Amino acid sequence: MRSRVSSLPFFRGISPDTLFQIFLGSIAVLSVLVLAALLLRELIVGAMPALSAYGVEFLFSAEWNPVLSEFGALPFIYGTIVSSLLALLIGVPLSLGIAVFLTEIAPAKVRAVLSPVIELLAAIPSVIIGLWGIFVLAPFVREHIAPLLMEHLGFLPLFRGPAYGYSVLTAGIVLAIMITPIISSVSREALLAVPRLQKEGALALGATRFEAVTGVVLPYARGAIFGAVMLGLGRAIGETMAVTMVIGNSPQLFTSLLHPGYTMAAVIANEFTEATDDIYLAALIEIGLVLFAISMVVNIIARAITWRYLRVQGGS
Amino acid sequence: MESKIEVVELNAGFGSTHVLKNISMSIPRNRVTAIIGPSGCGKSTFVRCLNRIHELVPGAWVRGKVLLDGKNIYDSDVDPVDIRRRVGMVFQKPNPFPAMSIFDNIAYGPKIHGMKKGLERIVEDSLRKAALWDEVKHRLKDSPVSLSGGQQQRLCIARALAVEPEVILFDEPCSALDPVATAKIEDLILELRENYTIVIVTHNMQQAARIADYTAFFLMGELIEYGETAQIFENPRDKRTEDYITGRFG
Repeated sequence: MRSRVSSLPFFRGISPDTLFQIFLGSIAVLSVLVLAALLLRELIVGAMPALSAYGVEFLFSAEWNPVLSEFGALPFIYGTIVSSLLALLIGVPLSLGIAVFLTEIAPAKVRAVLSPVIELLAAIPSVIIGLWGIFVLAPFVREHIAPLLMEHLGFLPLFRGPAYGYSVLTAGIVLAIMITPIISSVSREALLAVPRLQKEGALALGATRFEAVTGVVLPYARGAIFGAVMLGLGRAIGETMAVTMVIGNSPQLFTSLLHPGYTMAAVIANEFTEATDDIYLAALIEIGLVLFAISMVVNIIARAITWRYLRVQGGS
Repeated sequence: MESKIEVVELNAGFGSTHVLKNISMSIPRNRVTAIIGPSGCGKSTFVRCLNRIHELVPGAWVRGKVLLDGKNIYDSDVDPVDIRRRVGMVFQKPNPFPAMSIFDNIAYGPKIHGMKKGLERIVEDSLRKAALWDEVKHRLKDSPVSLSGGQQQRLCIARALAVEPEVILFDEPCSALDPVATAKIEDLILELRENYTIVIVTHNMQQAARIADYTAFFLMGELIEYGETAQIFENPRDKRTEDYITGRFG
């Protein structure tokens, strides 16, 4: 009878299944690690001139003047964070509303039509959304939304005029539209995965459907919903084209959302071709490094929290 | 015997499937009434019609009357949410809310009905009535996920008791539990009988024989025979009942 263990000298005594697992496992781990390491190395090497010239100061300086070789990343980091959070502020309630409507309220026929349509929104190239932002949204913000905000909330520095069409607010709205399909479709999956007994358990206590959904169904799915929100945040942080078309591309520490700003991804895309001297190029690459780091951190946090929730729920 | 629920020519189903056919029966107050029958005979659908949970499934329909204290719960002026508070339900599988603590699981019902004060008292009372207080009193802040299956089911009973229902429906409450946990739930049901009207669906005939005052035998959506438990098990009048309880089918 043939032995089911390897006869190769080095692998003697190891079963073929184990060998197969080791083989596939090393390919998977190595390829991912090597790719990430190569990318990181490339960014660090490219950013080295800026890293050694400006040090940590790079992250906290608000000066961005390529002519004088003054480079500070703060306006871009700030612009990325504010526009992304604004996108979440608008996009998350919208997405949850859509997800709850599709799972709890919409009749089966409406659901069958609407769900793919919403997911299709994610397939629109971002440059097209950017064009729509330029021709439709930016003028609309300048002429309707901004005056309304200034009139009613103008006492807040956040909504101080004058109103520009190309503004952080416009970018936030565009980003919200872009992250809504992913957040709503993942949240919808999460809500569909909530056992029917959970909702019935609440209803059997005399809860209304609204109370059952907000008090029991949504909290049950909160881990997966949080993961969906983080996916959206990741997309918002990295989104380049649509944002750069509507945010105004002005490296300043704005206080009013009605004013223009700039993001990390946008400045890299916009100024890469202009970066003729080494230190300028290195500064842009260092911004890329920061963007890479922030995206990684967001994703790691998202994974960790989703995993924790999933583990808690796994026992029920 | 005074009746708490009077079911009159109840028909129910899903879409074109006719599950319950002309059920009429009277469920006595402060007694345990068991519904037995083979899988798919409509016993779960029957109890789900008694608290208007059945109609929440897409395509579900109900015809006929269910009188609770003489008032038809399917009348157009009746709020199903109010009926579900008065007629509580414990499900086949324990379904504690995992996102809430043990305390909040019990307090959830009273809270949605507008109660803000005295929640500690209600939680303790409900847990005591469900014979769970001593096991969880030091861990009320914990997640219910850490409890055993039997404890989770008693938590669900406590949760149902917290909204002060008049009737409690048990839909095969022990089907996911081991014999020891099952015995505890059965003891509990016998105690609750003092203050509540209880309807229990079970596929376990010994269970019906142990705890039910009255037993109804369902087959293919029809009520075949209904009477005192001893009579049903010792002296069934219908041949089909006899076949079922002697284990010839099902």
